[in-house]
Amino acid sequence: MKKVQWNNPVIRWVDERLPVFSYMNAEYNEYPMPKNANYLWSFGGIAGFMLVAMIVTGVLLAMQYTPNVHMAFNSVERIMRDVNSGWLLRYLHANGASMFFIAVYVHMARGMYYGSYKAPRELLWILGVVIMLLMMATAFMGYVLPWGQMSFWGATVITNLFSALPIIGEHIVTWLWGGFSVDNPTLNRFFALHYLLPFVIFGVVILHVVALHEVGSNNPAGIDVKGPQDTVRFHPYMTSKDAFALTCFLIFYSYWVFFNPNALGHADNYIPANPLVTPTHIVPEWYFLPFYAILRSITFKFFWIVPAKLGGVICMFGSIALLALLPWLDTSKVKSARYRPIYKWFFWLLVIDLVGLTYVGGSPAEQPYILIGQICTAYYFLHFLVILPLLGKIEKPLPLPKSISEPVLGAKESA
Amino acid sequence: MAETTPTPGMDERHEEAHADGVTRREFIYLTAGAMGAVGAGSVIWPFINSMNPAADTLALASIDVNLAGIDVGQAITVTWRGKPVFIRHRTADEIAQADSVKLDDLPDPQPDSERVIKPDWLVMVGICTHLGCVPLGQKEGDNKGEFNGWFCPCHGSQYDTSGRIRKGPAPANLVVPPYEFLTDTTIRIG
Repeated sequence: MKKVQWNNPVIRWVDERLPVFSYMNAEYNEYPMPKNANYLWSFGGIAGFMLVAMIVTGVLLAMQYTPNVHMAFNSVERIMRDVNSGWLLRYLHANGASMFFIAVYVHMARGMYYGSYKAPRELLWILGVVIMLLMMATAFMGYVLPWGQMSFWGATVITNLFSALPIIGEHIVTWLWGGFSVDNPTLNRFFALHYLLPFVIFGVVILHVVALHEVGSNNPAGIDVKGPQDTVRFHPYMTSKDAFALTCFLIFYSYWVFFNPNALGHADNYIPANPLVTPTHIVPEWYFLPFYAILRSITFKFFWIVPAKLGGVICMFGSIALLALLPWLDTSKVKSARYRPIYKWFFWLLVIDLVGLTYVGGSPAEQPYILIGQICTAYYFLHFLVILPLLGKIEKPLPLPKSISEPVLGAKESA
Repeated sequence: MAETTPTPGMDERHEEAHADGVTRREFIYLTAGAMGAVGAGSVIWPFINSMNPAADTLALASIDVNLAGIDVGQAITVTWRGKPVFIRHRTADEIAQADSVKLDDLPDPQPDSERVIKPDWLVMVGICTHLGCVPLGQKEGDNKGEFNGWFCPCHGSQYDTSGRIRKGPAPANLVVPPYEFLTDTTIRIG
């Protein structure tokens, strides 16, 4: 890191003892960003903004919320009716979870399209998968807190997943619940963890950014930066670009918060939790639907010995764990799908597959959805375990440009 | 915009200073910054305001108290907005004591007549104006201090029979809450 000789004596005094100013200058002012980065590169920053927005609104909500089975539901209603701007805080937080996942899913899809997970960015990618796992746990526990019907039964179904584990399963579930069903101890610990995990996420995000700035950002061409002519300073070029992207994203976010605040939730969650009545149609939040569909697709014994219940759980967690192995499953040396004529199509097939899984996950567990879900699940694993390893050997990539500047400047010179 | 000069590169700054020396860039910085500040403020204010008392808290802000059962010389404590409110049915002697004090002797000069609606009834928030403890003097055997009123055990502030500070670290008299007589024997506090 380059030490800066600051003119301001106070800043210099601090910086010589704790180089925070030099660090900020190196990482967020002078940081060389590949100059061909497109707007998809703004979604990391947008996701970071959403994390902060969730923490700020969440801390304020926690000041009004009561984690007790007798009071939780009413305390949320009090936030909606009596607390000054409580409705705004809650709708920002509830819809913010969806916006956070949208930003992160776009961010991940960008990484997959442009091969951002390949060497030397494997660890950067794995840290990202860790962040996504932590986000999923946090979002799930947050959804339990209002203690409506979907909260209660969502918690019951998801914690029961662990009962699929042989021998220890039942003990783990009892341990998770702190009792013999989802009840007050469960709600209390979920609240404690829901408050804790965002700060853990924040810590992993810092590692994610440190790892990123160590190896440098990938770019749409997927080739290495050759020198200063291939980059621009982070500030003002990327800060202004990201600010514009964020503004557009906030308009989208505002639409949900102010005009359609309950569209992404479920009406059943406005019914207080009732341990004696299960809602007819339990669905998780939209961002869990693909994984939920994979879980439900395993309706048969796996390899003739693994029971369907355990098989479903293994496949669901496996579908996420697989992402961490992506840097080694993709055998192609070429990063960007721009220069991978076949992979480009398989990428979009995977997107369609995930849309299909989302659709199936939100549909009732009956035919033809079960069959569609099984086909989509099979394809998901086929993509990562068969197609990607083979494609790297078979595919003939297009010629790579010599530098990031070449596709632009070269075209100009020849024109 | 028609007058914009074509910029070959962002680093070559074509700054056209106007007659008053203000560049277009400075103007844009300033207006964009101002709009940003307004936007940030309009988001931050509801966030901060959410920590203010909520509607249901404010709805509990007034209480009615029946005074019928309180004999002369007795005192009761009621809760209003989560705070103790002292209501004392004063004796003629106590009223006379409160009236006889010279205002110059008081750290926070206020005649007794300004502190009561009916001289028989003294209504005050029972919180010491020093650091918020509840003074003694409501119960029969309590230490009432040198002035026969209230005595704060935390730091030794002493109040007289009108609830005025007489001695000790407290800076001001016990606060009289807004209240009114609904009937001869009922008051509404708040």
